[in-house]
Order: sequence, then structure tokens, then C-alpha cells
Amino acid sequence: MAHAAPTAVGFQDCRNIWVKTLEDLAEADPRIVAVVNDSVGSSKLNSFQKRFPDRLINVGIAEQVMVGVGAGLANGGRIPFVSAAGCFITGRALEQVKADIAYAGFNVKLVGQSSGIAYGELGATHHSIEDFAWLRPLTNLTVICPADAWETAEAVKWAAAHQGPVYLRLSRMPVPDLDISNRQFRPGRAEVVRRGEDLAIIACGTTVHLAASAADLLTAEGIHARVLNFSTINPLDEAALHDAAATGAIVTVEEASVRGGLGGAVAEFTAGHRPVPVERIGFPGFLPTGSTDWLFREYGLSPEGIAAAAHRALSRKA
Amino acid sequence: MLTNDKLPLIREKALWMRRTAFTMVHRAQLGHPGGDFSAMDILATLYFGVLNHDPKRPNWPDRDRFVMSKGHATGALYSALCAAGYFPEDWLKTYMQPKSLLNGHPNRNYLAGVETNTGPLGHGFPVATGIAIAGQITGATYRTFVLTGDGEQQEGSNWEAAMVAGHRKLVNLTLIIDRNRLQQGAGTEETSGLDPLDDKYRAFGFDVFEVDGHDPAALLAVLGTAPGTKPRCVIANTVKGKGVSFMEGVASWHHGVPTDAQYEQAMKELV
Repeated sequence: MAHAAPTAVGFQDCRNIWVKTLEDLAEADPRIVAVVNDSVGSSKLNSFQKRFPDRLINVGIAEQVMVGVGAGLANGGRIPFVSAAGCFITGRALEQVKADIAYAGFNVKLVGQSSGIAYGELGATHHSIEDFAWLRPLTNLTVICPADAWETAEAVKWAAAHQGPVYLRLSRMPVPDLDISNRQFRPGRAEVVRRGEDLAIIACGTTVHLAASAADLLTAEGIHARVLNFSTINPLDEAALHDAAATGAIVTVEEASVRGGLGGAVAEFTAGHRPVPVERIGFPGFLPTGSTDWLFREYGLSPEGIAAAAHRALSRKA
Repeated sequence: MLTNDKLPLIREKALWMRRTAFTMVHRAQLGHPGGDFSAMDILATLYFGVLNHDPKRPNWPDRDRFVMSKGHATGALYSALCAAGYFPEDWLKTYMQPKSLLNGHPNRNYLAGVETNTGPLGHGFPVATGIAIAGQITGATYRTFVLTGDGEQQEGSNWEAAMVAGHRKLVNLTLIIDRNRLQQGAGTEETSGLDPLDDKYRAFGFDVFEVDGHDPAALLAVLGTAPGTKPRCVIANTVKGKGVSFMEGVASWHHGVPTDAQYEQAMKELV
């Protein structure tokens, strides 16, 4: 499959399934509430607000109190989904996420909307590419970055049922459903998207379908790449990483900074357990303005870019 | 109905808590005794005169909540929780020792009765606001009290919480400010002035009360009465280090620790 334009048929904005799932859950469980920082529309929560007006708590443009209120609502027996743009819920309220949610261990679900470079043209203030690096050391916090609409729905359902703090990293960039049969959502476990033994491509979120397309390109060249959907960033599936390292070469792909994110986590693991070449695809730092699609291509988050990284990794293979 | 017959108990507990906290700090050679002592009568009044709580059921959903936002004052908080029966007195000896449940700043996962983890300033009031919202939307009867330092009011997160609490008319929420007028290195007014705090909170939609924070009767008269029509802000005028002559009003006792001789002196005064 060639790199399809984000508007192509079959691609979905996962925010629609996020909010449909949340409304279904809220209908069945009165403890579920939503907390926002004036982000009702961008979190697609207008219909939730209509159906459950008392359970949509809009604190205004104030991220510190938004996250603190989430902790307090959990203390009061509610199950809060605190939803705001990824750049603000993490960066602006990072100490609240650390102290009030992760360290305190409250049953709060943080939802980073429009994460990564969904707001491409708005520039680095509105990009959320540092969030993995900021959140990974918060050991109590499960971090999940779903790859498609199906996984988004499953992750929201799992988060609601799970007792403990969770960060769901959602995107507004439309993605296709992954072509995998008999799927089962298993948090903390990588999902095999393509089988292969020549190298492993480890991806998450919006880049998983691109990694699958890259594997298809490589197959045409006789290279068999394993593709893993690493939707749980924290905690890492170490068994899958062990097996990935056994192929002898790894490429990581994420809509995030290459410093400290999924690629950083994989490099930490392999350095400690089984050193192999790791090529990290992602963003090097603050990015220039540009559309999401342009930035993806410019920085190699494309089937061709990922396939090229695979060749670099293979050339370094012992 | 609350009556002044609780006053002897509150005073007795406050004295025990001061002796206990100073002993903890002396033993650990760590702590924040100045802010412990300015807050002590407020905590004693809450735990022995105001809060509807049950140490045997610390997670009882309808309990009143007390959030200690000035989390560094664990000498005060732990001595209050111990006096109230949340944990055995033996545990106090472990204060700040390796792996102690009595961490330098409170952790709800270690200790029953701690409502949220605090330490970084400006966290307790937003969390208390969330607790109060949970009560408001479910029609629960519990009340939420939060104590901040006065220097802590310089943290902007408090004013985010004040806007939310005022806007939502959280009548079940009471903010108490330990107004000892000192932060760690200097006076609040010479650092980044807070006055007029009362006008500020009135403007944010609070009923404001100013009381002597070392007078349990005055504290009870506000904290012990039924909620009104707005959230409450109680400015409790206090003295940092209150009760020990050489600590009173001295900024360096923010995290000062006593020598053996100072400890003996304090124990003679705290009777």
C-alpha cells in the first residue's frame, strides 16, 4: 500500500471513536466524568456534554487545576477522563501529572488529544512530541498510544476498567484500520502486524500503518521485516524487545521526538540486554512549520523513509 | 451542634502534637518546625473539633476530607494523624528514616488519612477543589478542608483553583490559609506581597473570614458551622514557630532543626 493521503477513503479520525466509546461507557457507569480545559470541541465532547451535562467539568483554560481536579474527583470516587491537547496536558501540567496522578496513584485517565504534530502549521509550541520522554519515567503511569480506531476504542474501554493512572495519547490524524485478524487488545504487549526475521520495525500510533507499508516495500526486495505495534510505551513489552533484538537489527518509528521516546526506550533496552543497531525515526527537536503530512514525509515518517532506515540498520547488522 | 466543650481536648491535643513534632524533628535532625507550629492549632481544631472522620474507616466515602497542601509540615500532619488514631505512636520514631512510611512529604499510599500526595506547593487546593466537585455533582454530604501556607499562595495554581471554586460555588469547600507572614527566607510582603488577601478571595467569589489561627474557639466558630452560599476562605493569622520562644517569628526556623539544648528548652516551654 502506498502512503495514502490522510483524507483517503478508509482513514478515520480516532477522536470520533474515542468519544463514542466514552459516551457508551458513561451511559453504563455513572462514575465516569470528563474534565476539560475549554477543550470541549477539540476533544469532540459536545455530544457528551449534551447527554451528561453535570459530568462534563470545564475548568476553563487552566491545565494545572484541570489535572488537580482530576485527582480530586478520583478521591471522591469518580472515574475522570481528563482531556486536553497533548502539548498542554503534559507540558503545562507536568508536575500535576507527576505528583497528583502518577505518584499519588489516583485512578485518573489523562487523554492527550491531537498529539504529536497534529497541529503541524501551528509550530513547536503546539506540537506534542516530547510527551513520551516526559512521561516514561513516571513508573506508575500506563502510557498507551493506539494505532487505529479499533485499538482506540479498546484502549478507552480498558482504561475505564483499569484501576490506576493511564495516559492515552490520541491523534487527530486520520489512520486506516490495521489489517490484522483476530485482534485482542493486550496492554503492555506488543502486537505483531507483520511477521519476519530479517529485522524488526517497532512503531506506535499513527506510524504503525506506515511501518506495515514499509514492510511491504521491503518484501518486494526479498527482505522480511517484522512489524510490531508497540502501543504501550509504559511499561515496555520486554519479551517482545528481546525477540526483536534477536533479528539483529531494529528500526523504531514514532510521531515524537527521537530523544527519550519509544526509540529511546528501545535503545535503552537493547544497550542493556542485547546490543544491536537501532535506527530511530522521529523528530530531532523543534520543528519548522508545515502541514502534518509534509512534516511526516520530510522527516522520513513514510513507507519509503522507514524502508531506507531498514537498509541502514541492516547494513550495520553484525 | 458544636460547642466549646471541645476546647480543652483541642488544646490538650495541640500541646501533645507540638511536643511530638519537635521530638520527631529533633530525632531526625530534619523537618520544618516553624510551619508545623504555625499550623498546629488549626490541625488540632480540625481533627478534634470539626472533621467527621473515622480512623478505622479511612476510605469511608462520606468522610470529611482534610488536604494538607503545605506538605512540608509533616511534623504537624503526622502528629495530628497519630493523635487521631490513624497509626501507632511507635511509627513516629521512623520519621524520614530510610523507607519510613513517614516520608518527608506525605504519601497517601503509605499512610491512611493522607488524602493526596503533596510537597510541591500549590497542589492541594486544586485537588481539594476536585474532591468538592465530586461531592457537588453526586450530592454527597461530606465537606472538604484544605490548608495552604501563605507563601504558597504565590503559586498560580491556587488562583486557577480559586476561579473554579468560586465559579462553581463550591459551598462544601473551605480554604484555610496559614497566614504566618513568613516564607522560607523572608517575609511574604517583602518577597512577593499577598495583601490584601481577603479582598482577593472576596473578588474570586469566596466568603472570607479572618481569625486568630492559634485560638481554637475562633477557629471552631468558623470551621464548625454549616456551609453558606459560597466557598469559604479562612485567613488564619498565625506565628511561625508558635509556642517555642526562640522559634516564634524567626524565618530561619522554616527548616531549622534544634540542638539538644534547644530541644530541652522547648520541652520546658511546651507544658
